[in-house]
Amino acid sequence: MHPAWIAAIAAGVVAVIVIGIYNGLISKWLETRNAWSQIEVQLKRRYDLIPNLVETVKGYAGHEKETLERIVQARTSAMAPGKPVAEQAAAEGQLTQAIRGLMVVVESYPDLKANQNFLQLQEELGATENRIAFSRQHYNDSVGVYNTARMSFPANIVAGLFRFESAQFFEVPKEEAAAIQQAPKVQF
Amino acid sequence: MPETFRDLIAANRRNSVLLMTLFVLFAALVALILSLAILLSIMPDAPLEETLSHALGVGAVAAAIAMGLVALSYFEGDQLVLGVSGAVPLEKAQDPQLYNVVEEMAIAAGLPMPKVYLIPSDAPNAFATGRDAQHASVAITSGLRNKLTREELQGVVAHEMAHIRNLDIRLMLLIAVLVGTIAMLSDFFWRVLRFGPTSSRSSNEARDSDGEKNKGHPLLTAVIFVLAIVLSLVAPLLARLIQFAVSRQREYLADATAVEFTRNPTGLADALSKLEADPTELKLANEATAHLYIVNPIAKFRGLSETLFSSHPPTQDRIRRLRSLAGERAEPRA
Repeated sequence: MHPAWIAAIAAGVVAVIVIGIYNGLISKWLETRNAWSQIEVQLKRRYDLIPNLVETVKGYAGHEKETLERIVQARTSAMAPGKPVAEQAAAEGQLTQAIRGLMVVVESYPDLKANQNFLQLQEELGATENRIAFSRQHYNDSVGVYNTARMSFPANIVAGLFRFESAQFFEVPKEEAAAIQQAPKVQF
Repeated sequence: MPETFRDLIAANRRNSVLLMTLFVLFAALVALILSLAILLSIMPDAPLEETLSHALGVGAVAAAIAMGLVALSYFEGDQLVLGVSGAVPLEKAQDPQLYNVVEEMAIAAGLPMPKVYLIPSDAPNAFATGRDAQHASVAITSGLRNKLTREELQGVVAHEMAHIRNLDIRLMLLIAVLVGTIAMLSDFFWRVLRFGPTSSRSSNEARDSDGEKNKGHPLLTAVIFVLAIVLSLVAPLLARLIQFAVSRQREYLADATAVEFTRNPTGLADALSKLEADPTELKLANEATAHLYIVNPIAKFRGLSETLFSSHPPTQDRIRRLRSLAGERAEPRA
C-alpha cells in the first residue's frame, strides 16, 4: 500500500479514538454539572414544606412561639437571593438546625405526633434531608468518575490537550457544619 | 486490605465481559458449524467457499429471526411483564414513603425517576424492567412493602435501580437472542438430517466444473457432521448454563452497585434475610419471569440455587458478601 494511504488511515483511526475520548470526558463533566444543580433543587424543596409544617404545629403547640418563629426566620433568610456562597451555606445550616429544634419540641406533644398530617410532613422532611444527602453523594461520585477518567492514560493526553480541569469534591461548608454542630436550642 | 464495593463491582464487570465474550465466540462457532452441516447435507457437492458463504447466510437468517422475536420483547416486554405480574401503577399520594424511597435511589444513581408499580401479593418480592433508564419501571409487592423497614426497602429498591443502571435487562435480552439462535439452528439441523436430502451420497461421484476443489470433502464433511451432531445435542444446554451463569453474575453486581447507591450494605442484607425466610409464594410468577425478581419467587427452586441452573446466586452467599462489606461477621442479626 502506498505510504500516504497508510498514514491517512492511521490518522483516521487516531482521530476516531481522540473524538471518542473527548466526548467521553465531556459527558462525564456535564454529569458533574448536572449533579451539582440537583443539590440546589433538593435544598430548595425544603422551603415549600415549612409553611405547612408551621401551620400544623401551631394547631397543637401554639405557644411554642420561639421555636416556630426561628424556623420561619431561617427559611426567609435561606430563601433570600444574592448571598455569597459561605453565607448561603450558613443559612442552610441554620434552617436544618431550626427544623431539628422543632422535632425535639414536638416530642412532648403526643397528639401532634399522632396527627396524620404531621406524620406525613415528618416523612417528607426526612425524605428531603435524604434527597439532599444523596444528591451530594451522587455529585461526589460523578466527580470521582470524571477525575478518574481525566487522569487515566490515554485520556490524560486528550484532557491536557483540550484543557479539561479537575472537578472539586463537595464538602459540607464549614459554616453549615458549624451551624449544625451546635445542639438545637430548645426552650420548654 | 478489605474489599470495598468498588472492588466487587470491578471484579463483577470483568467476569461479565469474559463470560459474554466467550459466549459470543461460542455462539458464533456453533452457528457456523451447524449451518455448514445443514448446507452440506442439502448440497454435499458444492464448492467450499460457496458452502461457507451460504452457511453464514443461514446463521444470519436464524439470528435475524431470533432478534425479531426479541425485538418485540425489547420494546413491549416491560408492559407485558408488568401486566402478567398484576402490577398496578402507584401515585405518590397513595404511598409517599415508598415513592420517596424510589426517588432517593434515583437521585443517588443519577437516573431519571422510574415508574413505580405495586403488585398486590403477600409474597415479598420486587423486580425492575425496561430497556433503558428512560423507560424503566420498578414493581414492588405489597408483601415486601409491608414487611420491610424503610432502610431495608431502600436496599431492595437500590438493587432494582442497579439493574436498570447496569442495563441488565438489555444484556439478558441479548443473551436470549444468542440462546434462541443456537436452539433454532440445532432444531433445524435435526429436521434437515431426518427429513432432508440424505448425505450418504458419495461426493466422489460428482465432479463439477471446479474439479479439484471437491477433493478432501468427504473427510471435512464427516468431521463437520460429527461436530454438528455433538453440538446440536450439547450446545443448547451449554448456552442455557452460560445464560444462568451470567444472570447470577449480574445479581452479585446489582448487590454491589446497590451498596454504591445506599452506602449501607446492612439494609439490603437484612432485607435478603427476611425475603429468604419468607415461604409465601408469588402466584403470578412463573419460570419465564422468575429471573427478574430479587429472589427466586418460586420457593421450591430456592433450594436448587446451589446448582448451575439457578438464575440467582444462593441468598446466603449474597448476604455473606454484603455483611463482609459492612465489616460485620457473616452471621445474621438475631
